Amino acid sequence: MIEFRGVSKRFPDGTIAVDDLDLVVDSGRITVFVGPSGCGKTTSLRMINRMIEPTGGTISVEGEDIMSRDAAELRRGIGYVIQQAGLFPHRTILDNVATVPLLLGWNKKQARERAAELMETVGLAPEMAKRYPAQLSGGQQQRVGVARALAADPPVLLMDEPFSAVDPIVRETLQDELLRLQSELGKTIVFVTHDIDEAIKLGDKVAVFRTGGHLAQYDEPGVLLSRPADDFVDSFVGRDRGYRGLGFLSSDGLPIGDLPVVAMGDRRPSDGWALVVDGERRPLGWAARGTGTVTEDSLVPGGSLYDAGAGSLRAALDAALSSPSGRGVAVDSDGRVLGSIGADDVLRGLADSRSADGAPEADATGRVG
Amino acid sequence: MNWVIQNLGFISSLLTDHIVFSLVPVVIGLVIAVPLGWLANRAGFGRAVVVNLAGLLYTVPSLALFVFLPVILGTGILDPVNVIVALSVYTVALLVRTVADALEAVPPLLVDAATAMGFKPFRRFVAAELPVSVPVILAGVRVAAVSSISLVTVGSVIGFGGLGQMFTDGFQRSITAEVVAGIVLVVALALIVDGILLLIGRALTPWDRAARAVAKGATA
Repeated sequence: MIEFRGVSKRFPDGTIAVDDLDLVVDSGRITVFVGPSGCGKTTSLRMINRMIEPTGGTISVEGEDIMSRDAAELRRGIGYVIQQAGLFPHRTILDNVATVPLLLGWNKKQARERAAELMETVGLAPEMAKRYPAQLSGGQQQRVGVARALAADPPVLLMDEPFSAVDPIVRETLQDELLRLQSELGKTIVFVTHDIDEAIKLGDKVAVFRTGGHLAQYDEPGVLLSRPADDFVDSFVGRDRGYRGLGFLSSDGLPIGDLPVVAMGDRRPSDGWALVVDGERRPLGWAARGTGTVTEDSLVPGGSLYDAGAGSLRAALDAALSSPSGRGVAVDSDGRVLGSIGADDVLRGLADSRSADGAPEADATGRVG
Repeated sequence: MNWVIQNLGFISSLLTDHIVFSLVPVVIGLVIAVPLGWLANRAGFGRAVVVNLAGLLYTVPSLALFVFLPVILGTGILDPVNVIVALSVYTVALLVRTVADALEAVPPLLVDAATAMGFKPFRRFVAAELPVSVPVILAGVRVAAVSSISLVTVGSVIGFGGLGQMFTDGFQRSITAEVVAGIVLVVALALIVDGILLLIGRALTPWDRAARAVAKGATA
């Protein structure tokens, strides 16, 4: 647990980067600090490992005031990942990853063994070990950065816009990898980004900062989307928040309807659409009404698939909206077709989950959430 | 050529002197210039003072230095230490700026990351800033070494000029072969030392060549 109590940072030139921040970061979860530039999110992060010293208030990590410890020792116990990784250009990948264990006084052999293990954990091929950072792509360097931060197995990981310098496709892979890693490691992660979509995807909890170092809202991402605290958060969370909020609502109990299926070579349906499946009941595409048999050429590509076991209302709605027939394809975890889902079913599911939550309450400002 | 063959013993003892007089100061000068350059780079305002003072030293004529050093150091006028100290001063003068510039060019992100991992300033300097500066510092050392090899010859006026003795002796006794042999040997020594330093630099910085190869590939 990381606790900010009345923390402020005023720089010598008088600018107030963080103003009286009270916030508790839960252990074993990902907490994202997000906000526009100049909102104090990075300053708040860097105060945790004393890269910036607070000018007021206290910060404690696992109950211990960070100012009570030697700064360098404190930092060795907190993993740190930054933009463009900040790797040592003159050291091999293996030695880069082994940096903190060596600082902690491990012998070289142990440190390198641990580093090799970590490289595997973050998905770096063993032959990368002897290369230098310049010989790796941006995405690979960022993985090295994560491996290096994890090498001494610190309970806390600070990540300062780690994925903002890589292209969107690599970024998405790295985000998925981080979530996978976190599900195995359960670190206390504080992640700074200016990208609200990244915040909502990664955060168990998201702290939205406002310019001037104020905390505007601190909530789970689903709450942020469905009940922004004020106009600032509302506009920062951005467009489509109603639709994106569906991603945080479980699709449990959503009725799955019938779906006519045919195999390749069968007669095409005389009315409406039929889903074409293979021998394992996995979807291949759609067959439209017509005469003759279903062939490769007449196959209409399908939309997104909805995994009925693990999906959200968003996945269900998207499956329905993207399907050429208007009926979304629901599959099980093995990708076998279970049935179909319609957009109206999803909307009814949404109405049900709202009434289960109770009527929306007006908060102190009279705003209806 | 006959003269050279007849005086091989004399020449080889001068060559040994020359190597010692020119290269020991480069080592001493580098050892002094690294902490000074570090200091210059850290002290924002002091930087200009240190770098310019060091630069100023280089403008003192070598002959004057050879003459004044015995007075300052209390050494005998014909003491080889004078030559070594004088050339060390020149090396410092050349390298302080190089070291300061090299350290200044270390990416702030790298220093920041090293600090955040828990390096204290001295260890961070040894583990990160200095090794990353090696390519630039080494370029400066190559200039200093070649310059030192040529400056030793001036020491012949006080009797410690290494191969420079062959110039003065050859002129005085009108032995052209001796003067030419002296010049050729000084130039050859400079080229060989420069080549060796280049190889040492390559051995120290395999990462630098790896990075260059990547950069070349990216622009090709």
